[in-house]
Amino acid sequence: MIINHPILGPRDAQEFVYLGDAALINRPNGMAENAADTFHDYLYLRDNPAGLHRELWYHEQGDRSWLVVTRNTLTHAITAVELARDVARAQGRSK
Amino acid sequence: MRYSGFRVIREALTGHKGWQPAWRDPQPQPAYDYIIVGGGGHGLATAYYLAREFKQARIAVLEKGWIGGGNVGRNTTIIRSNYLLDGNQPFYEFSLKLWEGLEQDFNYNAMVSQRGILNLFHTDAQRDAYTRRGNAILMHGADAQILNRDQVRAMYPFLNFDNARFPIKGGLAQKRGGTVRHDAVAWGYARGADSRGVDIIQNCEVTGFRIENGRALGVETSRGYIAAGKIGVAVAGSSSRVMAQAGMRLPMESHVLQAFVSEGLKPLIDGVMTFGAGHFYVSQSDKGGLVFGGDIDGYNSYAQRGSMPVVEDVCEGGMALMPMIGRARLLRMWGGIMDMSMDGSPIIDRTETEGLYFNGGWCYGGFKATPASGWVFAHLLATDTPHPTATAYRFDRFRNGLMLDEKGQGAQPNLH
Repeated sequence: MIINHPILGPRDAQEFVYLGDAALINRPNGMAENAADTFHDYLYLRDNPAGLHRELWYHEQGDRSWLVVTRNTLTHAITAVELARDVARAQGRSK
Repeated sequence: MRYSGFRVIREALTGHKGWQPAWRDPQPQPAYDYIIVGGGGHGLATAYYLAREFKQARIAVLEKGWIGGGNVGRNTTIIRSNYLLDGNQPFYEFSLKLWEGLEQDFNYNAMVSQRGILNLFHTDAQRDAYTRRGNAILMHGADAQILNRDQVRAMYPFLNFDNARFPIKGGLAQKRGGTVRHDAVAWGYARGADSRGVDIIQNCEVTGFRIENGRALGVETSRGYIAAGKIGVAVAGSSSRVMAQAGMRLPMESHVLQAFVSEGLKPLIDGVMTFGAGHFYVSQSDKGGLVFGGDIDGYNSYAQRGSMPVVEDVCEGGMALMPMIGRARLLRMWGGIMDMSMDGSPIIDRTETEGLYFNGGWCYGGFKATPASGWVFAHLLATDTPHPTATAYRFDRFRNGLMLDEKGQGAQPNLH
């Protein structure tokens, strides 16, 4: 697989480390009343779709950026690559 | 029809005209007491033990394609019971004991071959870890033995003992481990279940569950609605997709695992050997092919095919261990979809929907578990209580912090 890095251009997927579902960006509020439940769901449960999947890849052998890659789990075709930083900021996370 | 040596001779003398299909091809009935979703090894074993041990009359196995066409038809056929944790080892030892009597039990030649399994170690720390594991295995009543370097050399003199990175210092052996003819397991269970009245319905895909007031009433299928008293789901890599139809999210990801077979070679490796440090394990089939594999590819996939970098990685592991296989050609390779759970251990449990039961999360270790998985799932379906060897395989272990994490990797399925 070739991942088209937003900054570095096309890179071999072997340069990356895979983490999993990009929903892991949405870390729940640890101080909330129901934090035990929301963290159980956040940490352990997955949609695991057959089809388009947004997932986190880390460019360990490159610029060490985190990417959100949209990939089809049935064909391995990659349709979008974004910097995870941009995705998180668009959702109002961090500064 | 019972199979026997006498039967083979009689059929040979009468022109082989007496053989019959090993199972029927029935039409689905409007209702069953038990419906098993998934006609793989675990689903067929569940139906077999339900019919045999628990004497239940109306049982059906629903299979989307043909039976035994998934992971039971595409694996590296290894059986063993060399686990560390209390929640796992009694279950896998129960499974190994069932393997030992399986062929007589279901009257089918599954070619169960207890040729032994050997896990190699390369450092003092690994020797300590394997000694601990061996002791845990012995304390649960199974067999294990630590072999030193000379004992391993006597078994496999051709290994690369002086590899600079991973010199072989010895191994943990389990002599009762071995291999089984994988397709015959599915066929034997199918034939055994069918002869006890189980309807095995192929080309019948479950497209939804009918659930009212928190109770499962039946399944919608590509061949119409079928009512059920209880529904057991055993669909391996498709677990998340099927259970999503019941509104559930599972602690699971689907990943692709590749395996490989070389061209046929003369007898070379008489047991099963694992080279964990090099991400490689190998055995030799009765036809002579080296059957080997390594790690999963490492990213979510339902594609049933792997990527080339893993092919290279696995073959490098093989070359590091046994440099003389370099001239052997790869005959075929394939990828199957593994239901990788969050702690590397399976789930056999009730769900929040009454009458709906789940069996999955086998990662890439489901084949060896087939008999026990079927037995304990049948036990759960019939009695609503977990079998004594499977009490740890619950959904709520993640919520309660009671994970069964053999490798200590945490909630990272691609590392288990």
